[in-house]
Amino acid sequence: MQKISKPVQLFLLIALGFALWFPSVGDEFYVELLTNIMIIAIFAMSLDLLVGYTGLVSLGHAAFFGIGAYGLAIFFGEMNQFSIWVALPVSMILAALAAVVVGWISIRTSGIYFIMLTLALAQMFYYYFFESKRFNGDDGMFMNAKPDVNFGSIQLMDLSNEHTFYYFTLGILVAVFLFLVMILRAPFGQVITGICANEQRVRSLGYATQRYKHVSFVIAGTLAGLAGFLEAAHTGFITPSYLGWHESGNILVVVILGGLGTIYGPIIGAVALVLLEDFLPDITEHWKIVLGMIIVCVVLFLPNGISSLSGKIFRIPSRIMKTIFRTFRG
Amino acid sequence: MEFSFYLIQLLNGIQYGFLLFLVASGLTLVFGIMDVINLAHGSFYMIGAYLTFWLTGIFGSLFLGVVFAVPLAVALGFVVEKLAIAYLYKKGHLHQVLLTYALILIFDEAQRFLWGNDSHGIDIPAVLSGSIPLTDVQVYPVYRLFVSFVCIVIGLGMFYVIQKTKLGMTIRAGASNREMTQALGINIEWLFTIVFSLGVGLAAFAGMIAAPIDSLYPGMGDNILIISLVVVVIGGIGSIKGAFVGAMIIGISSIFGKTLFPDMASIVVYAMMAAILIWKPQGLFKSA
Repeated sequence: MQKISKPVQLFLLIALGFALWFPSVGDEFYVELLTNIMIIAIFAMSLDLLVGYTGLVSLGHAAFFGIGAYGLAIFFGEMNQFSIWVALPVSMILAALAAVVVGWISIRTSGIYFIMLTLALAQMFYYYFFESKRFNGDDGMFMNAKPDVNFGSIQLMDLSNEHTFYYFTLGILVAVFLFLVMILRAPFGQVITGICANEQRVRSLGYATQRYKHVSFVIAGTLAGLAGFLEAAHTGFITPSYLGWHESGNILVVVILGGLGTIYGPIIGAVALVLLEDFLPDITEHWKIVLGMIIVCVVLFLPNGISSLSGKIFRIPSRIMKTIFRTFRG
Repeated sequence: MEFSFYLIQLLNGIQYGFLLFLVASGLTLVFGIMDVINLAHGSFYMIGAYLTFWLTGIFGSLFLGVVFAVPLAVALGFVVEKLAIAYLYKKGHLHQVLLTYALILIFDEAQRFLWGNDSHGIDIPAVLSGSIPLTDVQVYPVYRLFVSFVCIVIGLGMFYVIQKTKLGMTIRAGASNREMTQALGINIEWLFTIVFSLGVGLAAFAGMIAAPIDSLYPGMGDNILIISLVVVVIGGIGSIKGAFVGAMIIGISSIFGKTLFPDMASIVVYAMMAAILIWKPQGLFKSA
């Protein structure tokens, strides 16, 4: 994995500082919005591992997000209190299991087949929850309680407090970020990057590339489940649309908006898209057309996402200097 | 459940399968020849239906509506290909997915802007609105038989063009080996434009003739898109024969699934797809 450049490291530290400081001055609405952004960022980073680093374009990633969300409800129902020490692992394990199965079916294929297979399998999960009576189908479920974070009888965190939830999510975001940096710097990450670049070559070096791809798929799916759990815990509302392909398409947009193949890119993309989706509807009722056109422009003109702008922006001052010198040299 | 009930479901399934075949064959050709994922293919099905709705309202006749809607749909396909799809040939699948996904957003919202959020319907033309008797107690709508008949005619026409004409030969060559075809001097860009425009034109036409049977509603393109993707994946990318077989399998099992297992109908389709793909990851038939 490329080292994160010094300017970007500085930018990330500043962003972290801002995130730590914000709730003390920010409006309740914006604290909630930022929590939402962070959850989407975790979701997007998980997809970036799959798409940006392993080169597997999945159009069904939202399935794992949704399974993680429903994991919250699977044993506990809408009214009961439940402990995070049980619920979170359950959600992540369910998402992981689903990823093992979906991965096993899909990774035998590649290219267009893989994309369509992941889409169709995600649809299968979507329809399961949509038509299921156990999970209220299309009406969705409303969780009345936030997970308990208790040690014995002592409450460690009160997640119904919006600020507490914010910092909790921020902590998880940083942890996921560092985790991804770690595995991508490790030999595992090198093999994954190699597979993306030239799978046959990596295979000829003796690596079982299918297994590496599968592992990457499962890690991505588990982290997506984590994000789904957080989303359900945060909003208290779980609906089958979490697994829908619009959700999958959306999160793919976030990844490319921010910058593929960088770990911090999806965070930028999450900020950009959530802000767009929040403020565009105030401008026009048919904001989706505007969003669609923005995506088209990004694909055509900024295929490497917003994070590629930093490289371009830093080059502008030196370009200006060069033109000035050239005119004066005559 | 008597025999006539099953017969009706079978006929419905076949008719649905034919419609899917029209939509899927365009999709599979675009994949197979141009290696482009066009998620907006389903939107053209919707565009065909709404164009017909609009023109039938103006002309007062479904036939005239369809006659004028088809060239409009093909022209729109031409424009979309030139403005957007042409950029995607050199880009990877990810960018194709994103750009065509954005097109879906734009088309869906444009439909809402023009026709609102309600459902609409088109009346079946009087000459086709009768029913023919199947058994002593059951009848079957003439229009559905007409739809199947039209699809058969188009299917045969496609078979003829692809197998017996020079254009068809070029298409098959492009699906088999694009670079070689280009090296032989064929203008591949012109070929792509034709394939794309005709492909989405087929999808639009399917939307047009299906419109009197199903209603028109926002997001109708999304549903048909996913099912068509399943059909193409089952049948094998680039294979029209595969698209036909896949469409029949999905069409019939989907209709029977809805009547026999109403709670799990949708899952049946995907489970079958997963099963076929585990057996044959490249789909049932090879390209072209």
